[in-house]
Amino acid sequence: MNISSKLRDPTAETSPTRRARLAPPPSLDGKVVALMDIGKSRGAEFLDRLEGHFRTAGVATKRYRKPTNTKVAPPAVLQTIAAEAQLAVIALSD
Amino acid sequence: MIEVLPADGLVIVAKHECHTCVLVEPVMQRLDKVGPLTVITQDDPAFPRGVGRVLDDQQLERSFHLNIEAVPTLIRFEGGREVGRTVGWDRAEWTRLAGEAAAGEGLPAWQPGCGSRSVEPGVQEALIARYGDPGLASREIPVGEWDDPIEACFERGWSDGLPVVPPTDERILRMLGGTDRRPDEIVGLIPPNLAPCTVEKVAINAVMAGCKPEYMPVVLGVLEAALDPLFVLHGLLCTTHFSGPLVIINGPAAKAVGMNSGVNALGQGNRANATIGRALQLIVRNVGGGLPGGMDRATLGNPGKYTFCFAEDESDPDWEPLAQRRGIEAGKSAVTLFHAEGVHGFIDQKSRTPEELTRSLAMGLFGVGHPKLCDSGNAVLVLSPEHYRIFKDGGWNRRRIEDELYQALKRPGRDLVYGAQGVPEGLPASMADKIVDKFPPDGLLIVRAGGPAGLFSAIIGGWPGQRVREECQAVTHEIR
Repeated sequence: MNISSKLRDPTAETSPTRRARLAPPPSLDGKVVALMDIGKSRGAEFLDRLEGHFRTAGVATKRYRKPTNTKVAPPAVLQTIAAEAQLAVIALSD
Repeated sequence: MIEVLPADGLVIVAKHECHTCVLVEPVMQRLDKVGPLTVITQDDPAFPRGVGRVLDDQQLERSFHLNIEAVPTLIRFEGGREVGRTVGWDRAEWTRLAGEAAAGEGLPAWQPGCGSRSVEPGVQEALIARYGDPGLASREIPVGEWDDPIEACFERGWSDGLPVVPPTDERILRMLGGTDRRPDEIVGLIPPNLAPCTVEKVAINAVMAGCKPEYMPVVLGVLEAALDPLFVLHGLLCTTHFSGPLVIINGPAAKAVGMNSGVNALGQGNRANATIGRALQLIVRNVGGGLPGGMDRATLGNPGKYTFCFAEDESDPDWEPLAQRRGIEAGKSAVTLFHAEGVHGFIDQKSRTPEELTRSLAMGLFGVGHPKLCDSGNAVLVLSPEHYRIFKDGGWNRRRIEDELYQALKRPGRDLVYGAQGVPEGLPASMADKIVDKFPPDGLLIVRAGGPAGLFSAIIGGWPGQRVREECQAVTHEIR
């Protein structure tokens, strides 16, 4: 990361400066997994295979797609995913 | 990387906008001919004309490292060490340092210089942050080249929901300039995590809240009052009740920082009112770890938990200000902290005598918490100028108003016990034969504020935790 500025921590500094990742859920029971196609080639193939595996395992999935891979996902897509799913898999690359 | 100065020779720091620097331009041209001369120019790389070695110092890095306070400054170096310096134009001093070539024929013997750009207001702190050691102990948080620092603050959870001012070193240094207290001094332990809070952490959060440096003594005074064990800040944070800290400022500090005690005193629009109250909340959030949904368990909360701070109107010499009523010497600045829910508007446009208005106000005050409860919190009564005028014209001072309201707020327990008036909420049945006070004798804090027009006052209910009087009360502290 190229640093353009630095701030000073206003907190009591009891947690790491890098935010921790969210812990994975203990189970996928009852969860909906978002399968996100960012528009790169063959991403859809990858998600098709994953969708099949999830279906076999009895896990619900929903498919989402960015309008273009050259820009970040529009807020509406992100809000829809947040409203409809609890986990997401993003097909990142070709 | 800045160019190294020669080990031996003369250095002059100047700026084109300085009349004295322009006056000595011929002297600089003369000195350039007789010996090694470097001119460091703060504002115009083309100034002075006719000098061979001119270093552009518009970024003020050299001026900062040379500790320049005024221009022109003439410095002589020998063997890499400074051996002499003079400020402004003084023929005797210039010739002593630079020889007869610096005599400046035709110039006056002496003319003062101008302030260096490096010590203009706010610049010094920026230069320390950029080129020096800011001496701050809080850890650095890098922000990426393409990231918005305000968004970075949101993402890290440092905000109350509104944008905060990003706490950069130069802003923090400016804020620390508002107090003579050491940055590493510990002000106290902030609940709920009981984390030590230094003056530096106060300054960082004051920056984020939008405070000006001159607010720092008030912010520190507010925080110290909030940490008074009698205020029970931890309990106030944890409660499911609405309440949060209300800050009332009295004395010269309120005027000094431009606080509002007049039109819309409880509302928006005044920077000091808005940011001093917000700074306290941000300190509790960031240093203490008091987050809504975490230790802050408020069922509903209230908008005052962003900020709730105003000053008392002390313009009437007949009125005893709240701080003096609570033991602070007249002429001193003070903060009073109260556990406050939101503002309840009180309307009375018909009362014309103190007696009528007292009875009317009592009806409004009965509603604090619940009309049938007497231990659901104390109250602050904010008397508007037009309502106060009725008392003043009737010859009533603060003490009389308090005493009369105290009497007017007594009721027969039979009207308030469980089930009375068809409402289960109420006092225990054992109170039925008693006369009950709505508030304890010191449980109603009266303060004057507001715009000149409007027969409206404000009732600010308190916190049920105040019913344990020996453990939890409003507090008043002098601001030092």
